[in-house]
Amino acid sequence: MPSLADVGQLVVNGIMAGTILAVPAMGLTAIYAVLRFPNFALASHATVGAFAGYVANAWLGLTVLPSVVIAFVVAGIVGVATDDAILKRFRPAGYITTAIASIALTIALENVLRFSFGNELRGYNLPIQRDWRVGALRVGPQQVENLAIAVATMTALFGFLALTRTGKAMRAVADNPMLASIKGINADAIGRIVNFVGMGLAGLGGMLIGLDTTIDPLTGFRSILSVFAAAVVGGLGSIPGAVIGALTVGIGEELCLLFLSPDYRSAVGFVAILLVLTLRPRGILGQRAY
Amino acid sequence: MINYLIAMAVSAGIYALMALGVNVIWGFAGMVNLGLVGFFAVGAYVSALLTLKAGWSIAGGMAAAALVTAAVGVVVSLITVRLRGDYLAIVTLGFAETIRIVASNAIWLTNGTDGLSGIPGPYRGALSPEAFNLFFLAVVAVIVAAVYFVTERLRTSPFGRVLRAIRDDEQVAAVAGKHVTLFKVKAFAIGSAALGLAGALYAHYTSYIAPDIFVPLLTLYIKLALLTGGLGNNRGAIVGAIAIVFLLESTRFVIPFVPGISAVQGAAVREFLVAALLLVMLRYRPAGLLPERLTRFPVPPKEGRYQPTA
Repeated sequence: MPSLADVGQLVVNGIMAGTILAVPAMGLTAIYAVLRFPNFALASHATVGAFAGYVANAWLGLTVLPSVVIAFVVAGIVGVATDDAILKRFRPAGYITTAIASIALTIALENVLRFSFGNELRGYNLPIQRDWRVGALRVGPQQVENLAIAVATMTALFGFLALTRTGKAMRAVADNPMLASIKGINADAIGRIVNFVGMGLAGLGGMLIGLDTTIDPLTGFRSILSVFAAAVVGGLGSIPGAVIGALTVGIGEELCLLFLSPDYRSAVGFVAILLVLTLRPRGILGQRAY
Repeated sequence: MINYLIAMAVSAGIYALMALGVNVIWGFAGMVNLGLVGFFAVGAYVSALLTLKAGWSIAGGMAAAALVTAAVGVVVSLITVRLRGDYLAIVTLGFAETIRIVASNAIWLTNGTDGLSGIPGPYRGALSPEAFNLFFLAVVAVIVAAVYFVTERLRTSPFGRVLRAIRDDEQVAAVAGKHVTLFKVKAFAIGSAALGLAGALYAHYTSYIAPDIFVPLLTLYIKLALLTGGLGNNRGAIVGAIAIVFLLESTRFVIPFVPGISAVQGAAVREFLVAALLLVMLRYRPAGLLPERLTRFPVPPKEGRYQPTA
């Protein structure tokens, strides 16, 4: 029988994992809201960000904070470039074709990284610190820093969407593209911005995930199931939904350790997707899904 | 060398079987399956486990593989059939990843990442390796021919016409009184059965399966095969499968001669080329090299309307 402290520890771990998961999930759902297709290329952009942060951190000797900014910017730029050069051309052919193209793009990008960095696992250059103890609970200082970065990113994104003109234009396009274009909002420009922000968030999320463990060319692909689960559970297209969904999936993945071996953790995301689509397809906060 | 060519022909046959299955799902019914490798894996594991652990015959294992994958196809498609098509994309992709996770970790059943070895092949013990290869090629050829025949009948039957109608406009099909959900689930189940059968054939041919065989790249191979041959076109599915095996194998020979790159880099170049080629085909030849030919009924000229003379 697991003790209450064990459950508490799992919930704490789940909240931290979920908060980090929320970062790429917000990116995914933002892109979905504006461009209306599930962009599986998010996986490779998370990996691109993780490697960009790795280069900044391990090769250039920067600390974590500037490295995550670089992860965001590089993944964002790659996101805009690949979308302009590749995915944009598929959009007139429909969302299924675009989704397939995004899978091909993800594998292509992954192999660019594999070609340049090889398959071996790489760790970030982090100071070794002792875990903090709060009562019976343990947290690592690095985890707390990751959590703070994730929360700050979230706050910044919500501020951007709620307060700036561009953020409002983005929401307008997501809400009603026709009306937005009548009001003179340039959908192309909004598409670029949402790609930059969305893929940037993916890259930042990829690095945050990597900070906890190691990175390799499959880092992003391995977490894509949880990211999609978070976005679907919260409701595809809803940014607050992505946060709630990510916390649900994060805590769920940890709590399942009470009954299952840790190896099945990522399968929890899939079960969550199936449950939500069966019972409430639009997710917790999403709009209609059909 | 001959053995190598036969082995390539067998894998082309297995790819062709998968392409035929995906063609029913994607080409006829317009549904996306981004996790087809998961269905392939289910077929492979079902048949391998039944023959290895439960003492079933190979034919029995293969039949069970087709049935089980069809049932899985029903469940996966039923959950998403009323939703927008992109949910099916997410669920199928997640399904394939989940199958890989389970196959890697359910060590008591699947032997984990070490994989299952010693899967029986038909008459493997009684024949010499060369004769076994040839015999297996004949088995694959017969099965591909049978599935081709069935899917070709499907395509030209009223059932196939309804599927194409659903693909082109779901609402019109529904207005015409067709039960769209039922047709979609059926199409998905039929296609999945072919994928499962292909997986079973693969397991019995190579005698060894492991989770890292069932990677998303395989999904891309089949999509590319289908796009190369022509979406919605059964003959194209087979031609495309042969073309893709030829392409993959020829790059296997060429890339080691490129100076200055390691084995990992060579593999990366190959995978990159496959992905890039898929993007190019999808963009510029979405109907494939052998486009689907539709029977067109001539529209009778209306009286009184001006008819341009030829």
